Amino acid sequence: MDESVRKAVLGAVPSLRAFAISLCGNVDRADDLVQETLMRALANIDSFQPGTNMSAWLFTILRNHFRSEYRKRRREVEDSDGRYAESLKTQPEQHGQVEFREFREALAQLPSDQREALILVGASGFSYEEAANICGCAVGTIKSRVNRARTRLAELMSIDGVDDFGPDEQTRAVLAGGGE
Amino acid sequence: METAETRNRKTSDKPAKLSREVQARLGQQLRSMYDDVVNQGVPDRFADLLNRINGDANKGEK
Repeated sequence: MDESVRKAVLGAVPSLRAFAISLCGNVDRADDLVQETLMRALANIDSFQPGTNMSAWLFTILRNHFRSEYRKRRREVEDSDGRYAESLKTQPEQHGQVEFREFREALAQLPSDQREALILVGASGFSYEEAANICGCAVGTIKSRVNRARTRLAELMSIDGVDDFGPDEQTRAVLAGGGE
Repeated sequence: METAETRNRKTSDKPAKLSREVQARLGQQLRSMYDDVVNQGVPDRFADLLNRINGDANKGEK
């Protein structure tokens, strides 16, 4: 394996894990999913086209593998192993922690299609086009899912005003940009 | 502060268009959660896995 390829794969691991945890809702399962993804990717490394986005390629493999192997187990995983919110240990005590917990719980309640679209565009930094390629659907479908995810999150968190929020140009720009 | 107007909007069937402030706040929460994992870096098991596979592949080529 080419050293540059190895570095590119390794460099994508932190983000792959974050995506996997958002899909699985459980860190241990997510790490197994990442490991299986890496093994599949390396076994098929010849089908990776140099110069294209390694991260997007790996995300696609991970998502497809999750869909075929893990998704049907999701319900039991959520019930028995605890969810994302409980599995993260590093979140420090902070102002707004209650709201942050509410956010994670609300995210876990989203339909998986909407959650993955929101994560890919809003957190992983993929463009709508890249997210559409990863999910194997139309760009308009991704946009629609992201919009519905945002609306549903706000509903679940009972956000119906902006009084509590200090406007922040930078984060506003990040989200409004939507990964474009 | 909750007013009759905001209550009505919340219970409306038609999804309300979110303000940019709300979108920004949700995006901030999302990134914070995601980056919490990203900042953990590469766990040893994955670095080891790649090194092991790399070693095996090189052996196979010789």
